[in-house]
Amino acid sequence: MENIRNFQELWFVLILVLFIGYSLLDGFDLGVGALMPFISKTRQEKDILMNSIGPVWDGNEVWLVTGGGALFAAFPHAYATAFSGFYLAMMLVLFALIFRAVSIEFRAQDQAGAAIWEKSFFAGSTAAALLFGVALGNVVYGVPLDNKMEFTGNFFTLLRPVPLLFGITGFTAILLQGASYAVMKTEGELLKRSFRAVSILVWVNLITAIVYFLTIAFTFRDITSNWLFYMAVLWTVLWLSSIFFSVKHKNESSPFWESSFSFIGLWLAVAAVHFPNLIKASNDQNLSITIYNSSTGLQTLKLMSVIALIGMPVVIAYTIFVYRVFKGKAKSSERY
Amino acid sequence: MSALLLARIQFAVTVGFHFLFPAMTLGTALIILISETIYLIKKDETFKKITDFLVRLLGLIFVMGAATGIVMEFSFGTNWSGYSRAVGDVFGPILAAEGVIAFFLESVFLGVLIFAREKVSPKVYWLSALLVFAGGHLSAFWIVVANSWMQTPAGYAINEAGRINLISFTDAVSNPSTNIRFYHTVIASWITGAVMAAGIAGYYVRKGLHGQTARTMLKISIILFAITPLLQLATGHIHAIEVINMQPEKAAAFEGHFSTAKGVPLYLVGFVDEQNEKTYGIYAPKGLSFLYDFDWNSEIKGLKDFPKENWPPVNFVFQVYHIMAGIGILLIALGLLGAYLLWTEKIYENKLYLFALPFMIPLPHIAHETGWISAEVGRQPWIIYKLMKTADAASVVVSAGEITFSLLMFFLIYLLLAVMFVKLFIKIVQEGPAA
Repeated sequence: MENIRNFQELWFVLILVLFIGYSLLDGFDLGVGALMPFISKTRQEKDILMNSIGPVWDGNEVWLVTGGGALFAAFPHAYATAFSGFYLAMMLVLFALIFRAVSIEFRAQDQAGAAIWEKSFFAGSTAAALLFGVALGNVVYGVPLDNKMEFTGNFFTLLRPVPLLFGITGFTAILLQGASYAVMKTEGELLKRSFRAVSILVWVNLITAIVYFLTIAFTFRDITSNWLFYMAVLWTVLWLSSIFFSVKHKNESSPFWESSFSFIGLWLAVAAVHFPNLIKASNDQNLSITIYNSSTGLQTLKLMSVIALIGMPVVIAYTIFVYRVFKGKAKSSERY
Repeated sequence: MSALLLARIQFAVTVGFHFLFPAMTLGTALIILISETIYLIKKDETFKKITDFLVRLLGLIFVMGAATGIVMEFSFGTNWSGYSRAVGDVFGPILAAEGVIAFFLESVFLGVLIFAREKVSPKVYWLSALLVFAGGHLSAFWIVVANSWMQTPAGYAINEAGRINLISFTDAVSNPSTNIRFYHTVIASWITGAVMAAGIAGYYVRKGLHGQTARTMLKISIILFAITPLLQLATGHIHAIEVINMQPEKAAAFEGHFSTAKGVPLYLVGFVDEQNEKTYGIYAPKGLSFLYDFDWNSEIKGLKDFPKENWPPVNFVFQVYHIMAGIGILLIALGLLGAYLLWTEKIYENKLYLFALPFMIPLPHIAHETGWISAEVGRQPWIIYKLMKTADAASVVVSAGEITFSLLMFFLIYLLLAVMFVKLFIKIVQEGPAA
């Protein structure tokens, strides 16, 4: 038999890439949604923010759909255990994403009810942005599993301090994505407020990131001998720090890239501490769901590799093309 | 109620609601592509106005489909984890392929259609219309592949551990029912779009609104309305033969046919007495046998050839199937009538037909929903035909209480979405195309 382990490890990396892609791209539009009440005041300013994400949010969400599909195809047990085990939390994610999505369209079409849809857009974006990190924190920190790979905890199992810390860290990173995207896409007063949001959020992110890294170091003692972990810490802190200079020099495009790079550092720490686990068992390490005991067969993994390695570069190419079409500052009336 | 039954109801409600929107999306994308193609060639502003108007509608329709569609992908894991664990090898790559090959294409270029008319050249805009059309139809292809594999599985083997392994992806994708189900589903969507556009244009023409734009839109949509139900008759016929061959107990349930026989009748309307295993109604003698292979006396297998525990609910399947077929025939008649009126140029003055058009909009929806229900309930008790029972597929850790909560939430949220959708749909229609 050809070495299936290579493909299992490849798919750990590819799914990580899909989730990183999702967190950076949908991260900025969820972030814009969660920040909207704080950085925009007038109807026109809200229009500008909505238009800045309007053409692209849906394509961004496809990264989640594809990441979920890839997890299903490569590691069905991890997909099945997490989605059924975290049932109520997953339902909340769905409700949040539904409201986030329809609110954008309903607000654009329904002038009378716009204020309500702005609120539900904010609520949906915020809830989704918070919940993803909590879910990730749980699979990394560990949840109780039985010998059939089924989750044996309940809803409150998910709300332990370490997973909640992951949630807050992810949330602040998403807020920074949103604020720095707003800096790139807006002008005038809105730009000033977005810059202000970035400068506050950099501090917040520095604090949450350091607490996050320290917690990881103390929770998973083995990690202190892993070079990737130190790289991740250094990487995130460096890119966050460089945002200070970009803000100082009123550079409108680099904060978004710096925020994105620092976010990747948070993910690399997860990769370093989590590999080869997919869902860690908190009750007995031997019950953990890993890439080796939960994957599909070699045939499927090979097929998926072909689809991903040919398909994704094409997707990325036309996505870049379309982002270039919408390059520059967003206006208040671009639609229709 | 048991967790299993609740999970099934939740899936039926969420997928049934979801499917309304992709069906409209595909049909609308087709008309947009036609209209934009003519605009590119003839540079006639009328067609640009039609495109722009339909793109606005598509924006609303698409977001409903996307928002309710993500629920479906999650649901395999949340509610059907037993299924997901068993079929990841075959079913997973199909869903992943749908994301990579189709969803990205459709979503990314829809952004261009909605927001970038002035930002890109007419050719790039036309190309975006083509790619949205292609992305939508590729999505339909992959999800139909997924469904067809559950109906007529192929390209797999079962290993010692009882798990389904992929042997040939090509065989899994081109399983015996993929092709015909794809055509049948896509044409159902085209009918849905054609009747929707005809309903809107008919309303405008009757009210004397939007002049030439409305008349041109009516013309395009009536031509499609005349052709597509006829095409659907052909695909429906071939699909029915496929079901008789590949899933005979489902086909037998469609017609309430119990004992294997020659010269089997075709029911127009009827009722199945499941207890006494008898079917009553108005029928064409030997009709089913004739349609099967154009031989009045061909033999059709009856339900009694199969163990009773593997029968679907016969009368229910019979009824939904006949609703679909009945509406299909009605749509053929209505479409041909429209074509006749268009041909004789009476359509623009025929108040009665124009008045009736908007009321036809729900008909294709009822037909495609009942069609899907007959295909899915007709497959019961199997989730994968003859391979895995629905009862073995549900998530074991999700309680009835949890599903009751989520089902209630879905019901309320989808009710709100439905109300908003109808309200905003009507609002966009009332604003109409640009003058």
